[in-house]
Parts: sequence; structure tokens; C-alpha cells
Amino acid sequence: MANIFLDNLVKRFGKQTAVKNLTLEVKDKEFVAILGPSGCGKTTTMNMISGLLKPDSGRVYFDGRDVTDVPPGKRGVGFVFQNYAVFTHMSVYDNIAFGLRIKKFPTEEIEREVRGVAELLKITHLLGVSASKLSINDMQKVALARSMVTKPKIFLLDEPLSNLDAALRNIMRAELKKIQQELGQTTIYVTHDQVEAMSLADRIAVMNFAVLQQYATPHEVYNKPVNLFVARFIGSPTINFFDALYESGRINMIDFKEGKIELSKRYRNQLNSLLKNNELVVGLRPEHLKVSGKKKNYNLKGQVVSFEPLGSKTIVYMHPDNNQGLIIKSAMESDFKPEIGDKLYLDFKESGLYVFDRKSTELVLKF
Amino acid sequence: MASIKLENITKTYKNVKALDDVSIQIEDGEFFCILGPPGAGKTTLLRIIVGLEKPDHGNVYIGDEIVNDLHPSKRDIAMIFQNLALYPDKSIFDNIAFPLRQQKMDEEIIKEKVTEIAKQLKIDWMLDKLPSQLSGGERQRVAIGRAIVREPKAYLMDEPLSNLDALLRLEMRVSLKELQTKLSETFVYVTHDQVEALSMGDRIAILNKGRIQQIDDPERIYKLPKNMFVATVLGSPPMNFLKCRVEVTGGEYRIIHEGFILSVKDKNAIEVIGKMIGNEEGLVLGIRPEDILLHNFGGKERIEAEIYVTEPLGNETIVDVKIASNVIKVLADSSFEGRPGQKIWIEPKKYKFHFFNTKTGDSIFHTKKETKLEIL
Repeated sequence: MANIFLDNLVKRFGKQTAVKNLTLEVKDKEFVAILGPSGCGKTTTMNMISGLLKPDSGRVYFDGRDVTDVPPGKRGVGFVFQNYAVFTHMSVYDNIAFGLRIKKFPTEEIEREVRGVAELLKITHLLGVSASKLSINDMQKVALARSMVTKPKIFLLDEPLSNLDAALRNIMRAELKKIQQELGQTTIYVTHDQVEAMSLADRIAVMNFAVLQQYATPHEVYNKPVNLFVARFIGSPTINFFDALYESGRINMIDFKEGKIELSKRYRNQLNSLLKNNELVVGLRPEHLKVSGKKKNYNLKGQVVSFEPLGSKTIVYMHPDNNQGLIIKSAMESDFKPEIGDKLYLDFKESGLYVFDRKSTELVLKF
Repeated sequence: MASIKLENITKTYKNVKALDDVSIQIEDGEFFCILGPPGAGKTTLLRIIVGLEKPDHGNVYIGDEIVNDLHPSKRDIAMIFQNLALYPDKSIFDNIAFPLRQQKMDEEIIKEKVTEIAKQLKIDWMLDKLPSQLSGGERQRVAIGRAIVREPKAYLMDEPLSNLDALLRLEMRVSLKELQTKLSETFVYVTHDQVEALSMGDRIAILNKGRIQQIDDPERIYKLPKNMFVATVLGSPPMNFLKCRVEVTGGEYRIIHEGFILSVKDKNAIEVIGKMIGNEEGLVLGIRPEDILLHNFGGKERIEAEIYVTEPLGNETIVDVKIASNVIKVLADSSFEGRPGQKIWIEPKKYKFHFFNTKTGDSIFHTKKETKLEIL
């Protein structure tokens, strides 16, 4: 049982504000990812939860108890870092048992717990091996096992997968999620990788420049990003952005020669009531943007500059016909084979449009 | 403009074979990618082409000429590295002009050439600036400009994009491919990133532990991998593998997994799979995550399974599915909903099966639309 409440945390390093007025609630058993580019304040936030750093102001609560002044060792949190601390002069078994021996657990219980965790992480066959002989991949599993075996109330993970090779990262991502669901520990996971955050977390806290941008489920962060930053940071290939104007009930995409988009009455009514000014940025995710040689609903045209057959899909890159400096991305089926230089029409559904206010960068409307 | 040919190249450092009998024919004007994990021998291969290393055995041809003993500077090949060496105290113009000035070319011609290339690379507005005033992507373009201006016979690139951030890398991929199409020069491009190889290469050579695994166009490499290594190097998430054994009962050839049985009727398949009967290692069935459909109820050719965990990515969802004791990854729509432990039925596209020899990892059969096979 552990919920976490961060109440208006501020942390400065010299003149630099690393975390600015951060308020965040993590429910018991919840898996929360803190996501952002390097320098956004995510690790500083993590370190204030663990107690390695003290906030300049604001409080940290575990289960309603103020732990701001409690030292890290007494907070009941387990850590796993990117650079895992494994004792290389010990066997894998002794490494995992270490935390329990310090707590003076009886030998039988240690044996049971170590084997249980080893089985969960599929490293039973390595228990007798010296940690110095492990591959990087197995080393990381041992680091996880060491932390898990002590059954901390709260599990803090700082980019734990970033040193693994791509194939194992794929597998470990699923394993981590499974383990967390089975153990039900409250987990905070720091990462700069949006794929990890999306796939693992119940909720994602997106940070940038020390400020929390959005705190919501992966589905909501993807489909209703609060601003341009969040929209661009989440999703691969990244979302397309177009400068546009709202003119007499139509969106005019100025990167196209004929960029006018007719809107349904319902859409128009909503925009009319929500828009504060007529300068927009229109977002369209590559998977919502389809291209073809035949005109469908719009006169928007682009010219193919490149395409990437990625096996499961093909990404088509185009310049819009009125802006050679912009590249549009469209995710098509893998059997779509354009020629470089092809002039293609763009098609999409109204519901795929993300409308942002260009000045405030905030989301205005997404169906 | 030149083709490049490597003939039975072997290179050993101390006791480690960095390259083991490597033969490659790179056509004139081709965008050729060499893909492999760190330590595969990719960089050694490039260094041998450019002349910075000498092979223990084998021949290097540029055009029709054997260049084994030709000094690097005489090979007329431009190399572009991951860490670009621009002169920090020279302007962008002077950086690009440098190789031409060394050739003592007329200043007026130099000016003409540099300006034209700068325009092509969209760096003409920054010719007066110093490298330190440029972004990583712009600096990369300057390095490319400096190579192009020499008009070499071929371009060799060693992970030139790996220091750039993800967004820029994407843009540079597009513009490199655009540039090569325009120049139609020979590009040899080394990378460990499968997306770069798939997206830019006319053909790809897959290298592992100093040996060529496969040379083919991206589509064939993806669809017809020659072995399990190639099958895992391309694709994200990578191909799933399921261990099976082969049996004959009453004249019927069966491939048996813990969770399902395949009945093989196809003559060509039987011919190769038949050799695996009674073989203890059995064979490996490979299937890509995008070649499996998910259903909420059973039916013909559907296999019962259980949701292990789901990984929503926004534009799609990876569903990890447990079949007997194996967990495989399935690529589903972003609208997919399901809870761990929930029963689910999978329908693999049986014309997209890949069978491999368990022991050697070599491919033994790829199914097609017309392959006769039933899922029991």
C-alpha cells in the first residue's frame, strides 16, 4: 500500500530551476512514467521522491505521511538505475539475497524469496554464476531482482532499459509490465523514450523545462495532447504540423496552393466558440494522413521526396505544393509503392485534425 | 562514378577474424547499405575499401582496377564519418572549398562549385558562418558538401547520422536519399540501424561476426530472410520464433507446437520439412508481429491463447500473447482493448510463415499464398 503525493515541489540548482511548482498524485499500485527530454527535471523529481534530494519548497507525502525530512533508507523505496549496481565479486544468488541478509531474514525465507524472484525474471539458471560473468542484459535483470526481492512499497526506475540491446528491450518492456501488474507495487518510471512511457504506464507525466505539461493516460496524452510540445514528443513518426488560418468557417492550410478545408457544421460551431484568434497550427498524425493519386475530399497536394518501406508499413515523405521547406509524413500500408516525384493528394478525416492556437501553442480542438 | 567489388576478403586481428571471406559487388550509382550489430566487421570493411586497412586475403576493385596496393589518397573515394572533422576556424565556404584549393583549382571555379553545392544542400545562406554557429544537422551537411565538391568516384559513410537527435535523423535520411538520387553516385553506407538501411538502401548487405548473411533489396531481406539472424535484425518488434517438432502420422506431415498443430500438404514444403522428422531439435516457426490477427472468439484456423500484457503505442498496440509456454508479440490496431489473463484467439497469416533449422538457424522454407497448409 502506497500512494504518493507531491505538493508544489520546487528545486533549484544555483540560478537554474530544475523543477518548478510540481504537484502530482500517484495512486496505490499505479505505474506512472515521468517522460521528457534530457534536462526537463524528471530525474530531479525522482530524486526528491526517493529522498536523495530535498526540495527547496513543497512537501512529499507517502500514504498521507509527510516524508520530506525522512532519509532515503527509511522511506521504503527500491531503486533501479540505468547503471545498475551489482556486486561483481558475488554470485547472482548472493547479489539478490544481499538486501534480505542485511535485514536479517532467516536463511530459508531468503532462499524462497530469491528463487521466487529469479523465476519471475527467468534467471534461475544463473543463480550460481558469478555476477562478473554476466552479459549486460542479465546484469540488468539481476539489478531488478535485487531491488524487487526486498518488496519495497514504492519502486523507482530510472531509465532501466536504456543500456539493453533493442531485442531484449522489447522483451523486458513486456516483462516489466507483467511483473508490476502481478506484484502491484506503486511504480515510478523515468524515461526519455516515449515508446516505453506509452507502453508501460497507467499514466504519463510529461515534463519540459522543469514544468509539468500534462498528466494523463497514454491514450489521452496521444489523442488529446495539451500543447504542441506534448503532441510532438509523443508518437513515431512525429505528428505533422501545418501553419493555418481560420477564415470564414474554413481552415486554410497555407503550405498548400489550394489548402482550404471545408468543415462540418458541428466542427465549425465548436471552433467558432473555442477559437480566440484565427492563427492556427493544425496537427495531423502520419497514420491519419493518407495519400493517393486520385483526389478524394481535398485539393491538398504534395510531391514525394522519399519513402521508407519499413516492412510492416511504408512511410511516405512529401513536400506540400506551396512550401518546399516542409516535409510531410504519411504512414501507408506496406504494399504502397510511390515513385519519387509523384504528385499525390492528401486525405484525412476531420476527426484526425488537432487544432492548436499558434500563439499560446495550446490545443483548441480535437474530436 | 564507379562500381566497387570485394572478392573473398579476409582480415584477422590477432586471433579474431574481423572479416571472413566477404564478397560484395556494388553497382555504379547504387545506394548500398551494410547493416550489422556493433563488432560485426562493418567499419573494417569500409576501411579496407578506402585503403586504411589491408586485407589478409582477397581483392578490392574500384571500377575494373584492382586497388589492393593503391594508397588511400589515390583511390579517389570520399569518406564521411560519425564524428565530422570540420575546421573550426574556417568559414563554411572555406571548409567546403578546402579540397579544391589543395588541388590548386582556380578561385573562380571554386566559388562557382561551392555555391552550387551549397544550394543543393540548402546551406547556401550560411557560407560565411563558422561551424560552431551551426546545428548538428547543418554541420553534417557541410561535411557532405566538402565530400561532394571533390567529385570522387564513390562515397563511403560510417554511421553519419548516429550523433543527431531523432527528429533530425529522420530529416537527414530523407535528404540523403534525395541527394543520392539526384547525384546518382555510388554510396556505401554503414549502419547498425535497421530503419536507415531499409529506408535508404537500394540493396542491403547484412553482416554478422565478419560474415555476410544476406545481400538483397530491402523488400526481399524483410520478406525472405535467409536465416534467423537476418529475421531478427529487421523489423520492430522483431519476428517471433516458436519451437516445433515434425512428425508423420498416417502419411500426414505435421509440425507440432505445444499450442497448435500445422498439417503440411504442400509438396515443396514436405520435401524440406520431411528431413526434420525425428530430429530432436525440430524446427523453428517464425512469424512477424504484423502477420497475426486477433479475435475474441474461436473459429477455423484460430489458435487459443491468452493476453499476457498489452503495450499501447498510440498509433498501434503491441499485444503480448501467451500460447502454451511461449509469449509472442502481435501488432494490433490502436483501438485494441484487452486485459491480461483474458482469453484470445490468434489467426496467423499462414502464407507468411518462415521455417528455420533450429541448429543452424538457416531458413528452410517461406510459405506463400499457394502453399498448402492447415492450422489444426
